[in-house]
Amino acid sequence: MTALDKKLLRDLWLMRGQVLAIAAVIMGGVATLVMALSTYDSLLTTRDRFYRDYGFGQVFASLKRAPESLAGRLADVPGVATLETRVVTLAKLEVPGFADPAVGMIASLPDHGAPRLNRLHLKRGRLPAPYSENETVVSDTFADAHKLNPGDRIGAIINGKRQTLILSGVALSPEYVYQIAPGAMFPDFQRYGVLWMGRHALAMANNMNGAFNNVSATLTPGTKPQAVIDRIDELLAAYGGIGGYSREYQFSNRFLSEELKQLKTTATLFPAIFLGVAAFLLNVVVSRMIATQRDQIAILKAFGYGDLMIGAHFLKMVLVIALLGVSMGIALGAWFGVSLSHVYMNFYRFPYLDYVLRPMVFVIALAVAGIAAASGTLLTVGRAMRLPPAEGMRPDTPEVYRTTLIERIGLQRWFSQPSRMILRHIERRPWKAMLTILGIACACGLMMVGDYQRGAVEYMLDVQFNRSAREDLAVTFTDPTAIGALHEIASLPGVRRVEGFRDVSANLRFDQHKYRAALYGIEPDGILHHALDTDLNAVRVPPGGVVLTDHLAERILHVRPGDTLTIELLEGNRRVIEVPVLGITKQYLGVSAYMQRDTLNRLLREGDVISGVYLSHDPGAEAGIYKRLQARPRVLGQVAHANAIRSFNATMGEFVLFFNMISALLAASIAFGVVYNSARIALSERGRELASLRVLGFSRAEIGYILLGELGTLTLAAIPVGFLVGIGLCGVLVLSFNSELYRLPLVLEPYNYAMAASVVLGSAVVSGLLAWRSLGKLDLVAVLKTRE
Amino acid sequence: MTCRHIPYHSDMTQTIFSAQGLTKVYPMGEVTVQALRGVDLLLSAGELVVLLGPSGSGKSTLLNILGGLDTATSGTVRYRDLDLSKASDKELTNYRRHHVGFVFQFYNLIPSLTVRENVAAVTEIARAPMRPEEALERVGLGHRLDHFPAQLSGGEQQRVAIARAIAKNPAVLLCDEPTGALDSQTGVVVLEALEKVNRELGTLTVLITHNAGIADMADRVIRLFDGRIVEERRNSTKKSAKELSW
Repeated sequence: MTALDKKLLRDLWLMRGQVLAIAAVIMGGVATLVMALSTYDSLLTTRDRFYRDYGFGQVFASLKRAPESLAGRLADVPGVATLETRVVTLAKLEVPGFADPAVGMIASLPDHGAPRLNRLHLKRGRLPAPYSENETVVSDTFADAHKLNPGDRIGAIINGKRQTLILSGVALSPEYVYQIAPGAMFPDFQRYGVLWMGRHALAMANNMNGAFNNVSATLTPGTKPQAVIDRIDELLAAYGGIGGYSREYQFSNRFLSEELKQLKTTATLFPAIFLGVAAFLLNVVVSRMIATQRDQIAILKAFGYGDLMIGAHFLKMVLVIALLGVSMGIALGAWFGVSLSHVYMNFYRFPYLDYVLRPMVFVIALAVAGIAAASGTLLTVGRAMRLPPAEGMRPDTPEVYRTTLIERIGLQRWFSQPSRMILRHIERRPWKAMLTILGIACACGLMMVGDYQRGAVEYMLDVQFNRSAREDLAVTFTDPTAIGALHEIASLPGVRRVEGFRDVSANLRFDQHKYRAALYGIEPDGILHHALDTDLNAVRVPPGGVVLTDHLAERILHVRPGDTLTIELLEGNRRVIEVPVLGITKQYLGVSAYMQRDTLNRLLREGDVISGVYLSHDPGAEAGIYKRLQARPRVLGQVAHANAIRSFNATMGEFVLFFNMISALLAASIAFGVVYNSARIALSERGRELASLRVLGFSRAEIGYILLGELGTLTLAAIPVGFLVGIGLCGVLVLSFNSELYRLPLVLEPYNYAMAASVVLGSAVVSGLLAWRSLGKLDLVAVLKTRE
Repeated sequence: MTCRHIPYHSDMTQTIFSAQGLTKVYPMGEVTVQALRGVDLLLSAGELVVLLGPSGSGKSTLLNILGGLDTATSGTVRYRDLDLSKASDKELTNYRRHHVGFVFQFYNLIPSLTVRENVAAVTEIARAPMRPEEALERVGLGHRLDHFPAQLSGGEQQRVAIARAIAKNPAVLLCDEPTGALDSQTGVVVLEALEKVNRELGTLTVLITHNAGIADMADRVIRLFDGRIVEERRNSTKKSAKELSW
C-alpha cells in the first residue's frame, strides 16, 4: 500500500463523521431507487409468472345466456388457442356474525378436474368435490377478512334463492388479483369476495343448465386480440353479448397495470428527484471538503506529485465514500423493497412474491453516485491545482469583507458584534450560502413530497364523499327496475331521502378516440349525488346531452363542450346514438359520463326505470335498512360510503405510514448530511478564527453562536425555499400521476409544512449538537501555532 | 533535453541556477504587493547559501520561484538547461519531483502519515531515492519511524521534513525559515542536519532566514531588502552549526 493510500484511509477515518453524513445522502438517493425499481420489477415478474402458470385468459366476454352448443363455434374462431365457457353471477352473501351487506362474485368451475384457464391457486383446502351442490372455494381476501376456513359455512342468495355454502378451500386467481365490488371506489375485503362453485350447482341455481354467460380464451401466438373479439362479438350478439374485451381491459389486470404504470413513474421520478438532489449535495459537500485540503494538495504538488496522481488520490477518497453510500443504500433499499412489495401484496393478491433486484440497479446507483462525487471532486481538485503550490500553502489572504446591507442601511445597532460577523460571513460568500440553503431546501421539499399523498387522498375523499356523492348508501338492483321501487325504499324506516339513478355500460366515441365507461343518468335536481364544476360546486346536469369528467373529455376522448359524442349503448336495445357534450365536471376519482335520468331513459327507449337508488338515512338506522334491503330479491348490492372510507383508510393506513416513514428517514438523512457537513466544513474553515476568539476571551457559547448562528440562519432561510421546492416537486408528481383511475389534487395541508420543517429543524439541531461537541475540542494553542 | 535527463550531482563550479531581472507582483485582496523588483542571481552546485532579510523582503518569493512552486511575473530563471520561467506545469512537476527538496517553516508534514510514511510519500515517486529509514538516520530520527507528527516535538518534525526533502537525493535543497518556529537549541540541531546533508551529499542548499546569526554557517550570504539584493558576500571562514547561537 502506498503512503498516499494510507493517508487516504486515515483521512477517511479522521473524517468519519463527515464521511458517514455524505454517505447518508447517497444512501437516501440510492435506497429510493433500489426500493422503487425492485418493487416494480418484482411485482411485474410475479404478475407475469402468476398469469403464465395459472393460464390467465387473454380475451373475455360476458353475455346474457347462450346454449353450450355455441362453445364449439367460439372455440373454432381463428386465433383462439383455448376457450372455456363459464357461468358467472353476483350474489348476496351472509357471513355469520357480520351484519353489513356483502356481495360475492361467483364463477363456475368445471365439475371434473381443474379449469383449463384462470386456474386457482389453492392456499388451503381443496376444490369442490365433483357435482357437489354446496361446496365453494372462497377468495383469500374474503376468507382472511372473516377468518373463514375450510369447513365453515356462509349463506348466499343466488338468483333470489338462499343457499348455505360450505367452504372447501381458500384460493387466489390470476383473474382477481385486485378485487373490487362493481360500483365501489376501493377494495373492501369484508364486503366483497369472489367465490368458485361447481358448474352444475351454479347453473342450476341460475337457470343456466346447458348454457353459459361468460367466455374466456387464450390466443395462439401472434394473434391480434381485436380480430378474435370482433368475431366472438358477432357470434354472441344474438345472445345478449355486451362486448368482449382483451386482457388489457380486464378489470383486475387493468388496475394492476395502472398501478404498475404508476409504480414505474414512482420508480423513475422519485429516485430521479432523490438521486438528483443527493448528487447535487454530494457535489457541493465533496467540493467543500476537498477545498479544506487545499494546503495538502499544495504540499503534494511541491513534492512533485502530478495532477493525475493528486486527482486520482482524491477521486479514490470520494469513491470510497460513494461506494459506502451506495452499499448502504442498496441494503436499505432492498429491505424497503421487500417490505413495500409485501404492502402491495395486501391489495394485489399473488400466491408468491418473486423478489427481483436487477444488477442494472446497482450499475445505475453506482454510476450516478460515482459521477456526482467525481465531478464535485475533480472540479475542486482542479481549482486547487491551478493554484501555484506556494500560494496554496500560504495562509489565505484575509477575505475582503464589507459592511452588510443591513449595516449600510443603518440597522447595525440592533445587531451584536457576533451577529454582525454572522451576517458579514453570509454576505461575503453568497454563493456558498445559497448552495447550503438550496441543499437544505431540497431535503425539506423531499419530505413534503413523501408526506403529501396523505393529505391529497383525504382531500380526494372529501370531494368525492362530502361534495359529489353525499349519499350514505348506494343500492343497486339486479336488473333495471320500475320507479315504484324508489318509493318503496323511501318508505323504509329511517330513510331520509332517496334519488334514483340509471346506469348503463357504453362505448363512448369521438373521432378515433374510444372509451368504455358507465353512463350515469342522475336526477338533475339531486341533493345527494351530483356532478361538480371546476370550482367543485354542485352543478345541474342539463337536459338532452352529456357532461363528462375533465380527464375523460380532455385526456381520453379529446372532446370539448359543443362537440357531438357517439355513444354505443351496451344494454337493452343496444342503440348507437349521438349526443352533444354540454359540460365538463371535476372529479378526482375515476371518470364518469353524466346525463339527466329522463334523457337516458328516453335514449334507451324505456320507461321511468332505475338501476339503483342513492339514499341518506338517520344516524343509527343503517342496520335496519341493510337488513330490509338485503331481504329484497331485486336488491343486489349496497355500498355504504362510511364503510368504504373506513376500509380504505384501514388498508391505505399501512401504505401511508410506510411511505411517511421512509420519506422522513430519507429526507432526514439528506438534511442531516447537508447541515452536518456544512457545520464540519465551517469549523475547519474557520477553526483559526474561532480559536483566536477563544484566546481573546470569548466563551465557547459565544463562538458556538458565531458558528451555529450562521447555520441556524441558513436553515431558517432554507425552510420557506424548501416549501417552494416541495410544492414544485408535488406538482411534478401530480402531473405524472394522472390516470383514469384517479388524479391527485395539488393540496398541501398545514401539517405537511409543519412536518417538513420539523424534520429539517430536527436534523439541524442534531448536527448542531455534534458540531458543538467539536467546538469543545478546539485546540487553541495548536491552531494558532501551525496552519494545517 | 528535458530536465529528467539532467545528472543529479556535479562539482562545485557548475552553475545550477541563473536568474535575471526577476520580478513578482502579488494581488493581495484589493492591493498589489511588489515582492521582487529585479533580482539577478547565480547559484552553484554544492554551495550552502543563506538568503537573509527582514520579513517582506522577498526571500520566500525568490525561494518559491527557484523551487518551481511559483512563477515570476517577469525575468528569467534557469535550472541548468531548464527555463523555469517558461516551463510547463508538467515540466515543473517533474522538476520538483526529481530535483528539488523543500523544507518549510511549519514543517508541513501530512498529519495522517507516520514519520516513515511521510518520507515514503516522496520516495515512492522519486527515481533513485534513498530508503526512508536511511534518510531518517541521517537526521538522527532512526528511532522514531512509526510516530505520527503530532507525537513529535517541533525540532523533530522539522528534521522529518529535512529527511523527507533529502530522501529523493535532490540536486537542490530549499529551506524556508527552517528554524523559524524553533528555539535556538533545537534550531541548532536542525541546522546541523542541513549542514551534514550539504557536506555529505554535496546538495546545493539555499536557506532562508531573517536571523543574521545563522549566516555564519553559509558559503555565501545574500541579503535582500524590499525585493532587491542589497548585499552579497562570501564567508572566508565558515562556522559549523554547533558554534552558532542566537
